[in-house]
Amino acid sequence: MTATSRKVSLFITCLVDQFFPEVGEAVVRVLRRQGVEVDFPEGQTCCGQPAFNGGFTEDAKAVARRFLDNFDGDQDVVVPSGSCGAMVKVFYPEIFHDEPGTAARAKDLSARTYEFSEYLVNVLGVTDVGASKKTKVAYHAACHLLRELRVKEPPRQLIEGVEGAEYTPMELEEACCGFGGTFSVKYSEISEAILEDKLKSLAECGADTLVSCDSSCLMHISGALSRRGSPVKAMHLAQLLDNREDS
Amino acid sequence: MDVKTKDFVSGSKAAILDPQIQEALAKLRNGLGRGPRLASEELTPPVWQDMRQRASDIKTHTIANLDYYLEKLSDNVEKAGGHVHFARDAKEASDIVLDIARKRDVELVIKGKSMVSEELEINDHLESIGIESVETDLGEYILQLMNEPPFHIIAPAIHKSRRQVSEIFTEKLKTLPSDEVEQLCETARETLREKFLNADMGITGVNFAVAETGTIALVTNEGNGRMCTSLPKVHIALMGMEKILPRLEDLALFLGVLPRSATGQRISSYVTCVTGPRRSTDEDGPEEFHLVIVDNGRSKILADEQMREALNCIRCGACLNACPIYGKVGGHAYGWVYSGPIGAIVTPMLTGTVEAKHLPFASTLCGACKDACPVKIDIPHMLLRLRQEITQGGTLAKNGKAPWYEAALMKGWRQSVRGSRVFSLANRLGRLALLPLSRNGKVRRLPPPLSGWTRFRDFPLPSAKPFRERWRKGLKDE
Ligand code: SF4
Repeated sequence: MTATSRKVSLFITCLVDQFFPEVGEAVVRVLRRQGVEVDFPEGQTCCGQPAFNGGFTEDAKAVARRFLDNFDGDQDVVVPSGSCGAMVKVFYPEIFHDEPGTAARAKDLSARTYEFSEYLVNVLGVTDVGASKKTKVAYHAACHLLRELRVKEPPRQLIEGVEGAEYTPMELEEACCGFGGTFSVKYSEISEAILEDKLKSLAECGADTLVSCDSSCLMHISGALSRRGSPVKAMHLAQLLDNREDS
Repeated sequence: MDVKTKDFVSGSKAAILDPQIQEALAKLRNGLGRGPRLASEELTPPVWQDMRQRASDIKTHTIANLDYYLEKLSDNVEKAGGHVHFARDAKEASDIVLDIARKRDVELVIKGKSMVSEELEINDHLESIGIESVETDLGEYILQLMNEPPFHIIAPAIHKSRRQVSEIFTEKLKTLPSDEVEQLCETARETLREKFLNADMGITGVNFAVAETGTIALVTNEGNGRMCTSLPKVHIALMGMEKILPRLEDLALFLGVLPRSATGQRISSYVTCVTGPRRSTDEDGPEEFHLVIVDNGRSKILADEQMREALNCIRCGACLNACPIYGKVGGHAYGWVYSGPIGAIVTPMLTGTVEAKHLPFASTLCGACKDACPVKIDIPHMLLRLRQEITQGGTLAKNGKAPWYEAALMKGWRQSVRGSRVFSLANRLGRLALLPLSRNGKVRRLPPPLSGWTRFRDFPLPSAKPFRERWRKGLKDE
């Protein structure tokens, strides 16, 4: 991919902003290496998903309106999260269904918003971003990315494009990890039981790195890996793609 | 059936700690969970997807014109010599059944598997007027002896072990203990055969009712359904009012879709079609045929355009098998007749109770259910709609309200996301609050109501230098 005049607005998500800024830095670097000019609208905060998932739809709408203003215009928006991406792409048009004007803006934003891996593979047409790292990688397909946005292959293709990386799929690759937002706290026993299966599957596949496209799932999974003293490293896909080891 | 959904949390914890239930659920994942996948994968993907789409379209069309098709069905059942009764709620429905039983001096009822009959608690009502009512589906029979509700829509006793079955047979049927499945089946067969031969009335459910012919279709694997419809002098079929298909031709499609999704079979062992009572030329069949069409909250679902899709359900159980939550807590935690993802939708709506408010929230919204559903019901989106009703006090879930701490957290969140500056400040404060609780950037114990997180997971400390700061101070111009 040669340098083009592509320019995107980055929606970094509140979680990455506040907890995992290194993911955001990796996203910026990977995109820039593909010749994409990155812009960060500084008025952004959250997409409103926590409120929406909790049933506080009116609160979510208020935040969504601000989001629509922050990302006004015709520039593509890239977001390193399947679930925040689903909020914008799938649920914004739904929650404004009875406000035609806002719904039209939401639909327009939806059409130009892309999850990070989706943007690289489906828009830029890149599967090899020039990354290299010697590691065995398992992939956790985050639910909203897979079943709301229907982005299935791009993350796998990008992992396989990393020089030196061996993609070792786990049996439960597409199973839910048990995070589910407030679910993970309100029903923490169920959340734990579901995660248990995932971790077992992860251990069985022999990977030393777990990659996903959602920092929320990763916070949940890595929180348990850390508590157990597991050597497996959980990271965002962007962080894997930002590696340029000489192998 | 009493709604015990308010005990969801304690029920789910108990199930997670029960090794036998966990073993059964793990088996379910690899058994019933896998079979249907294989059965649909054996078809080329476009064929299966096309079947799902057609099935979904037919159901959506039928539900949108339900009044028309109900009338047509009712006319055609009567033309075939049957009687049709409409029941507004469970009480009315069971009164209708009791009335017929009294008129015909019924003493013994044999029952086929029917989820609607669980809504009615018809066995209890029959027994209260001295009529014996025996479940004849093997799983249901076992549960009746054990006095338990079904654990799964299509495999009601899947959580029971061979040993438990042997024990209950020994206790209630006075047979010798046995470890052999064949022996246990033989015991049930012998006991039930006598009931079949002596029963005065058969009660069954309805998998599909064909409007254009007035035919009801039953899909079973044990053949017991056919005995219930053909041996006793009276047959009562109970159906939820959504179980209609317009044409016989549609039935052909659904007879392929249902078993594939339910058990992974191409077609079930028995398909029984009943059109009215015995005709003069028939060699067997009941003298009287009654169809009881039950509303029991369904018209409330029908009235809500966004939720109407829930009536497309053909009760195949595929969403249960695909659901990570059901896969850990099983059926009983859901506290009413229907469990799993579809239960989480219909229980709050059919029972209209505040007690059911846990169910829509006890989901990760992972979407595995909608992908498994043969009629493509978008369950996650409906759960979100119910959450909204409950939290904001809508009409679908009476008197629901978010718990105080959630409302408080939400208030804080609402303030913090108002603008980027307040947002940064709020998070800075959050970091300061968490700092004393952390070691090496990780928090090992959070106070309630967040303590559930740190029970088995570390929580990360917010970054000292958030992304927006890094952007402003360098990254922007790198
Ligand atoms: S909702 Fe769909 S998958 Fe679940 S029982 Fe009904 S038809 Fe089957």
